[in-house]
Amino acid sequence: MHKEEALGTHILTPVFIGAVTIIVLMVIALVFRFIFGLGAVSNMSDGYPWGIWIAYDVVVGSALACGGYVMALVVYVFNKGKYHPLVRPALLASMFGYTMAGVSVIFDIGRYFHAYNLFIPSRMNATSVMLEVALCITIYIMVLWLEFAPAIAEKWNMKRFAKYLDKSIFFLIALGVTLPMMHQSSLGTMMVISGFKLSELWQTNLLPILFLLSAIFMGFAMVIGEASVTSRVYKLGDETNMLTKLAQFLVVILTIFLVIHIQGLFSRGALDTLLDWDYKSTSYVLEILFMVCGLAILATKRLRESPRYLFLGACFVLIGASIFRFNVYLIGYDPGSNWSYFPSIGEQIVTYGLIAFEIAAFTFFVKYFPVFTKH
Amino acid sequence: MDRRSFFKTTAKGVVATAAMATSASAAGPKKKFEITNEAVGILYDSTICVGCNACMPGCKKANDLDRTIFHGQKAWDKPIDLDSDNMNIIRKFTAGTGETQNQAEDGFAFVKGQCLHCIEPGCVAACPTTALVKNPRSGVVEYIKNQCIGCRYCQIGCPWDIPKFEWDEWYPEIVKCQLCDHLLEKGELPGCCSTCPTGASLFGPVPMLKKEANRRLQMKEGERYEYPVFGIESGFILKHRAAKYINHVYGEDELGGTQVTFLSSVPFKYLGLPEFPKQSFSGTSDGIQTSLYTGFIFPAAILATYSTVIYKNLKREKKEEEAKKQAKLSEKEDKDA
Repeated sequence: MHKEEALGTHILTPVFIGAVTIIVLMVIALVFRFIFGLGAVSNMSDGYPWGIWIAYDVVVGSALACGGYVMALVVYVFNKGKYHPLVRPALLASMFGYTMAGVSVIFDIGRYFHAYNLFIPSRMNATSVMLEVALCITIYIMVLWLEFAPAIAEKWNMKRFAKYLDKSIFFLIALGVTLPMMHQSSLGTMMVISGFKLSELWQTNLLPILFLLSAIFMGFAMVIGEASVTSRVYKLGDETNMLTKLAQFLVVILTIFLVIHIQGLFSRGALDTLLDWDYKSTSYVLEILFMVCGLAILATKRLRESPRYLFLGACFVLIGASIFRFNVYLIGYDPGSNWSYFPSIGEQIVTYGLIAFEIAAFTFFVKYFPVFTKH
Repeated sequence: MDRRSFFKTTAKGVVATAAMATSASAAGPKKKFEITNEAVGILYDSTICVGCNACMPGCKKANDLDRTIFHGQKAWDKPIDLDSDNMNIIRKFTAGTGETQNQAEDGFAFVKGQCLHCIEPGCVAACPTTALVKNPRSGVVEYIKNQCIGCRYCQIGCPWDIPKFEWDEWYPEIVKCQLCDHLLEKGELPGCCSTCPTGASLFGPVPMLKKEANRRLQMKEGERYEYPVFGIESGFILKHRAAKYINHVYGEDELGGTQVTFLSSVPFKYLGLPEFPKQSFSGTSDGIQTSLYTGFIFPAAILATYSTVIYKNLKREKKEEEAKKQAKLSEKEDKDA
């Protein structure tokens, strides 16, 4: 039987202090953003209305935070109890990943005081993919905190709260596996409306399926990556055996994804666009190359069973799939007529700050709340 | 929790989500806009535009927009593209020596940049909070500031990149041509049409403009014809020599059609008006979204299935744990005995 416990080690590590420094820089950039407007700190423009705050923080970031989703799917829906020790850490990372995506949106939207309009039924626009994503992610962030709440209730000995949670946890978990399916696919549908502005290499009605599949295999890759790091840093014991099995799930989903993705290129007749060879083609090839390399490593039994190659394979998959999402939202997006975009220092600092916050909060939580299981 | 209370909770959850969804779908009536005589628009004829740019200050005056400072030169208003201070612009296309107007080789032509007021607008489909709406009568795509959250999805969703954002304001708005609907209410014409001296920007009901456009396509090159000026119903007439028109009204069926249409004698793509299919991108996106979310039936069914499976699995897990505990206890008792 497993039991999670707080690590209780020192909190003020160099990593933690470094993270806090970056967060301070982020706050300075944000002061400028909120006083002088988005144009003052970002390179976003009328041609590229979305920058890395959407493309990285929300679109890539939320996929990197799908560990909690896939682990809940494996453990509670497919009833594979042996992966239980991986659930809470994955859930915690997801919780911060999604929360940061939500926070980033607040920085990004221009008229934040009017955001309440999203929750007024008479103003909701049912045809808007953005509405679905906004509502779904908002609810999911709350669900993630509630899913993690048993750990908090355990630590602070909140018996009545724990009892309520225990009664409703099945429904929370069910929401926790339904909502990501909805908004991760919608993140794909989101760019369908951009039409010809998104290069033929990626523009397809199958974007929702591609985004859902990529969220799932990125979730697995993230759990493998995270667990590989934390089991060493916090000396939790060897988890390779469990992670190898997860890699097998990953291989299946990634293969399906690649088949649909590459096949689409032929069925749309977009091969010519690829052979035109510009920066978009390069980025497309890069994305495929990373994912195929990752697939090759993880599909080979001998390599998959070595902790080093397992980690490497997961990293390749994560990089490839992140490039895929970047391509759909930024690199493949071309509004024409001389517009260009590269994230400004200010934009980058805010993104780094949010990542730093995730790391700092994660390291604090695992030391204070019962998250990890020692073997 | 017994089975009955489980079903109760599940049912409650499903009902709540379904209610949320129906209220959301009820909010957005998906009736396709139909062009009637009340629908208004502009016919822009590039062949009779002289590039005087009078429509640009006309637009600024009518909509109270700031001048655009160019290279620090504060005395002039010199916009180079549409932005949050410019909802209307005249652009010039030149080729080769640029000598003759309305000629694709060694010639030049003008084109007007502004909102096309689509029949199936991408921005309206994209907007999560209904801050962009298509007026059910006039068909003008209007912006409601107090419902806008500033997400800029309308900019992604517009195939012609029309909506602009106030990047340098602390609390910005979206800026786009609304066909001077505040002037239309008073019976006046849009700022750009009332200032156009040649009739290149012609305001009127969409069906009448369509007829007028088709009349022009029948004209013989080089002959003199009567052209209405300002508005098609204002009664002012000028005589122009007909140019050699490209036999197409741009906007008649592009992406489901638009209420602002274009005539030209150089290919439209040279003027920055791309070739588009008849089916709108917003229609495609809408199709995906509706097939997945209508009545929230799919998500609710999936949620209910997951709830049942997870409930059963958790119950089994608890039972197994208790059995293990019991086994351990009895083992201990055996040892003690």
